[in-house]
Amino acid sequence: MADAGTLVTATALEDADRRKAWGFVAPALLWTIAFFVVPFAFMAAMSLWKREGRDLVRVWNFDNYTRFFSENALFQGLVNSLEITIIVTVISVLLAYPLAWIIAERVPKRLQRMALILAILPFWTSYVVRSYSWLLVLSKNGVINQLFLNIGLISEPLELASTRTATVIGFVHFFVMLLTLTIYSNLIQLSPNYRRAAADLGANAFQTFWHVVLPLTLPGIVTGAFLTFVLCIGDYVTPQILGGNNELVLPQIIMLQLGRRADFPMAAALSIVLMLAVTVAYLACARWLKIERA
Amino acid sequence: MLRQISASVLSWTYLVLVYAFIFLPVAVLVLFSFQDGRLPVPPFNGFSLQWYEAVFADRKLMAALGNSMVVALVSSVISVLLGFLAAYALARYKLPGSALQRGLLIAPMTVSYLIIALGLLSLMNALHIPLSLMTVGVGHVVINLPLCFAIIYASMGDHHINIERAARDLGANDFKVMALVTAPMLMPSILAAFFLSVTFSWDEFIIAFLLSRFDVTLPVEIWSMLRSGLNPKTNAIGSLVFLASVAVLLILELSLFGRTKKQ
Repeated sequence: MADAGTLVTATALEDADRRKAWGFVAPALLWTIAFFVVPFAFMAAMSLWKREGRDLVRVWNFDNYTRFFSENALFQGLVNSLEITIIVTVISVLLAYPLAWIIAERVPKRLQRMALILAILPFWTSYVVRSYSWLLVLSKNGVINQLFLNIGLISEPLELASTRTATVIGFVHFFVMLLTLTIYSNLIQLSPNYRRAAADLGANAFQTFWHVVLPLTLPGIVTGAFLTFVLCIGDYVTPQILGGNNELVLPQIIMLQLGRRADFPMAAALSIVLMLAVTVAYLACARWLKIERA
Repeated sequence: MLRQISASVLSWTYLVLVYAFIFLPVAVLVLFSFQDGRLPVPPFNGFSLQWYEAVFADRKLMAALGNSMVVALVSSVISVLLGFLAAYALARYKLPGSALQRGLLIAPMTVSYLIIALGLLSLMNALHIPLSLMTVGVGHVVINLPLCFAIIYASMGDHHINIERAARDLGANDFKVMALVTAPMLMPSILAAFFLSVTFSWDEFIIAFLLSRFDVTLPVEIWSMLRSGLNPKTNAIGSLVFLASVAVLLILELSLFGRTKKQ
């Protein structure tokens, strides 16, 4: 009897504990469900409705999606987004890897932290201001054009702003900093023994890099490249300020649907397409990414 | 020997070039914020503080600055509090479906801000909730909660459990254990989560743009200043924001990371 009594108390305590734990975790879960899951589900449902005048018509069909694939002005947005994102990701990795390597290998240990902080310092200008400051550099009467005109390299100012090149430069500037961080943190975790072993086995510097160092730092590269992809393809500010209205990317088209036409269902459908692009990229990188274990 | 020297020269040249690229726009921004003229482009006409005076005299800009601070502080406090409680529950108790709960709490991190903003905007419209600083703050908690949760959860080490148990044996209730034992032990990560949230919210544009109407935050106000073209006043406010962020970063570096290094 005494045993049964203890048992009852024990389960009662556990229940109380469990209720308490649910109480602690509930506010965060409720917030996420109310302000993330529900709005997202609502948006997904809305992408299957349509707009008529100022009203939403709740008929369920895939019209928005078929329109997206058949209307060139819309579909081209996805193509532009993908092209720009891939170009930016590749250039950023190619620029950031040597920088991370030099900081990890050539810069004296006690200065490395300083070098990293310096490298990400412009990260801390306002996000909108960062694109604006590239405009100061690239515009028709901006720093680059004035410099080139003065030294006689060109006779007419170049059209640098409001081009795809400007968008790419703005993005690369941002993501070189980010990728340098992820690749650097991977590089300094490498034990020097691997390289010593490769050298002992007769590999030259290039072979050591290609067959040993590069594969071992691949997770860092992929993590950074994935972050670059996600942040780049979903960004509205940089293409809008630097790219102008010549070649619209998907987020710009989403904002147009909202701002000028108040077409929420179409904007929702385009957002779902954007999500799918990110999901595909995630699946492609999933082997190296460990986000879900955070 | 010669190869080594040339490799070294090559690396340092590369380092300098990339740093020049990274610093070019910021340097131009700050330099031409002191421009004595109407355009923030070469030639540099001379040093003047008039644009900084114009910034401080601009009521809309100062109101936006205040709004940004309120939204950043309030949304970060909420994010850290909810994140801490959730991390405590999931690290200390065995709850059914805890992996799923962790996944759910982290999920907003993987979705672009534009989509989060659009979802919230559609819902607010459908429910006829007017847009305000409050709706912006709600959105900022959505993006910062995963971050706070992840940072604090990662630092809830098992070695803290015994100290918490000792506190309980000495008669502390749950609230006391959490507030007087667990939170102080995790203070470095709690503060890191808080300051990161503050800077993210302070700087966030698209959610603040879509979910505000009359009271706007600083990035949204700067955005509307851009419509009037290049202007040294934009340089001045941009430089001030940069300075403020660097100051926060320095405080963080000196107070938090300096302390962990000593330990």
